Amino acid sequence: MVAQIIFLLFTIAAIALFTFNFRKIIRNIRLGKSVDRNDQPIKRLMTMLRVAFGQSKMVIRPITAFLHFFVYIGFVIINIEVLEIMIDGIFGTHRIFHGLGGLYNFLIGSFEILAFTVWLACIIFLIRRNVLNIKRFKGVEMTSWPKSDANYILITEILLMTAFLLMNAADLKLQMLGVGHYVSAGAFPMSQYLINLLPSTENALIIIERSAWWFHIIGILAFLNYLPYSKHFHILFAFPNTYFSNLEPKGEFTNMASVTNEVKAMLDPSFVPAETEPGKFGAKDATDLSWVNLMSAYTCTECGRCTSVCPANITGKLLSPRKIMMDTRDRITEIGKNIDKHGEGHEDGKSLLDNYISREEIWACTSCNACVEACPINIDPLQIIMELRRFAVMEESQAPASINAMLGNIENNQAPWKYSPADRFNWADEK
Amino acid sequence: MEFKVPTMAELMAAGEEPEILFWVGCAGSYDERAQRITRDICKILHHVGVKYAVLGTEESCTGDPAKRAGNEFLFQMQAITNIEVLNGYNIKKIVTGCPHCFNTIKNEYPGLGGTYDVIHHTQLIQDLINEGKLKAEGGESFKGKKITYHDPCYLGRGNGIYEAPRKALEVLDAQLVEMKRCKSNGLCCGAGGAQMFKEPEKGNKDINIERIDEALETNPQVIASGCPFCMTMLSDGVKLKDKEQEVKVLDIAEITVRANGL
Repeated sequence: MVAQIIFLLFTIAAIALFTFNFRKIIRNIRLGKSVDRNDQPIKRLMTMLRVAFGQSKMVIRPITAFLHFFVYIGFVIINIEVLEIMIDGIFGTHRIFHGLGGLYNFLIGSFEILAFTVWLACIIFLIRRNVLNIKRFKGVEMTSWPKSDANYILITEILLMTAFLLMNAADLKLQMLGVGHYVSAGAFPMSQYLINLLPSTENALIIIERSAWWFHIIGILAFLNYLPYSKHFHILFAFPNTYFSNLEPKGEFTNMASVTNEVKAMLDPSFVPAETEPGKFGAKDATDLSWVNLMSAYTCTECGRCTSVCPANITGKLLSPRKIMMDTRDRITEIGKNIDKHGEGHEDGKSLLDNYISREEIWACTSCNACVEACPINIDPLQIIMELRRFAVMEESQAPASINAMLGNIENNQAPWKYSPADRFNWADEK
Repeated sequence: MEFKVPTMAELMAAGEEPEILFWVGCAGSYDERAQRITRDICKILHHVGVKYAVLGTEESCTGDPAKRAGNEFLFQMQAITNIEVLNGYNIKKIVTGCPHCFNTIKNEYPGLGGTYDVIHHTQLIQDLINEGKLKAEGGESFKGKKITYHDPCYLGRGNGIYEAPRKALEVLDAQLVEMKRCKSNGLCCGAGGAQMFKEPEKGNKDINIERIDEALETNPQVIASGCPFCMTMLSDGVKLKDKEQEVKVLDIAEITVRANGL
C-alpha cells in the first residue's frame, strides 16, 4: 500500500512538473508571429506519416538510419510496457496483462529484443560521438552542453534498458522458483542469458526485481522531465513539426503582404491599402519569427545533417544552419525566462541578430536549400536566415556594399548590373 | 543570328499572339557567355517552329536577387511592374533560360497577380525530344563522351526538376557520370542567394572550387548545367584549375544545338 502511494505521488509530481515546463515551451512558441499552416490537412497528414512515422528522410544515411530505427521503434513500442508498469504501480498488481497469454509472451519477447537493440544502438552511438572522429558532431556550436546533452541521453537510455532486462531476468528466475505472485508469464529471449549471473536466494532476487522495476519507472519519469531542457524534445515535436512543415516548393519564398500594400500604393496612387497594424520588416529577434520557426527550434535534434551539407560551412565559412536553429531556441528560451522573471514587455537589450547570430553568418548563405532538404524532420533554417536578412536590409539598410550596389542597379537599370536598359536586346544582333 | 528574334511589341502590332514567351533574364541579356545560351535557345525555338517572342527592351529583372538579398520592396516593385507588362500582353506560357527567373515567375508571381504556365528551357527541350522534334543528330557527336551534370539549386531542390536536363543528355548516347553530390544532394555553385553580386564571406575555399574539384573527379569532357549563374561559377572554376582545354562547360541548350547541328 505504501509503495502504491509513493508510486502515485511520484507519477503525479512528474507529470505535473512536465506539464508545467511543457506549457512554458508552448507559451514561448506562441510568442512567434502567426502563420497559417492549417491548409491541406490530408497532404500534411501524409507528410507526417511519411517523414516522422515512416522515417523517410533518415534513410539517406543508412547506418545511422538503421540504428536510429531500432531506438525509434523501441521508444514507440515500449510505451505499451510502460502502461503495464503504470497499472501495476497504482493498483499493486504484478504483470497485469499476463492474462493475455500467448500475446503477452509475444509482447514481452519483442520488448526484450527491442530493449537489447536499443541498448546496442546507444552503445554504438556513444562510440560514434566520443571515439570516432565524425565531423558532424564537432563544429563551433557543439560546445559543452549540446555535447554532454547527447551523452546524457544515450547513457540514460542504456541504463533504462539494462534495468528492464535485469528486472525481467530476476522475474524469470522467481517464476521458475514459483515464488508468491510471480506467475509464469512472458517470454524472455534476451534476459534468460542473465539469470546465471543473478543470486539464487528468493529475497535477493525480489530485491533486484523490485529495484530494477523502480529504477526503470523513475528513470522514465525523470527522463520525461529532462526532455524540455534537451534536444531530445524531438521525440515529441518531430510529429507536429512535420505536420506543419512547408508544403510549397523549396525555392518559393513568402511574399510579404505588408510590402504588397505599400508597393501597390506607390505604383498606383488611387490604391487604398487595407488597414494593417504596423510591424517591422523581417526579424531582428526570435519573437519576430513565425511560431513554426520557433517550434522547429525546439524540435531540432542538433544532428548536424544540415550543417554537413551546407556549401558555406563545407568551405570553412562561419555559417552553420544547425547553429541558426540552436541560437533561435536559446534566444526564445531566454525571452521566456525574462517574461517569467520580469513580466511581459521586458527588454533585455539583446536580440537574436547580433547577440546570437552574426551578420557574417547570414550573408554567407547561398539560399541553396541543402539544409532544408537534409533535415530528417523538415526544419527550415533558411527561412530564419531570410527573415534576418530582410530586417538588415529593409529596416536598417545594412547590407554589404556590393549588395547595395546590386540593389541600386536593379532600381535604376532594371538589372543587377550597371548596363543600360536600352542595350538589353543587343544579344539578338550578334552572330 | 540568321533569323530575326520576334518581340512581343512587333507581334502585337501585327495583331498576333505567340504560343510562348521566352523570358531571357538579365544574365542571358547582358552576360557575354550567357548571351550565347540565349541565342541557342532561340535557335531551338526557331528550328522547331514554335511561335515565340521575347520582350526585348521591355523586359526587366524579375527581382530574384533583390528578394534573396532581403529587399522585398524592390522585389515586389519589379514583380508587380513585370506582371503588368506580361498581363498587358496576355501572356499564358513562359519559357526561361534561368532557374532563378523560372522559380520567381513560377512560384512567387502568382501571389502578386501573375499566374502563368512557366517552364525552364530544359523542360522545353525534354518535351521536344519526347515529341520527336529534336533528335540529337546532324551535328556534333557526343557519343561516348563523358558528361557530368551539375544541378542548379533553384531548378533541382528548389523545384524538383532533375530529370528534364538529364533526358537531354541521355539522347546524346553520351556517358553520363554523376558527381558524388548530385540531384537533391547537389552542391551549390556558390552564386545563389545574391552571392553572385558580392565577395564570399571568408572561409578556406570558394564554393565553386569545391564544386569544380568534385566535377573534375569524374574526369568529364563536358560539365553541363542549365543556369547562367552556375555557368559563370563553373567556368571560372575550370579556368582557375587550368583545365579549359580538356573540359568544356556547356549549357543543356548549347549541347542540344550542337548535337542537332542548328
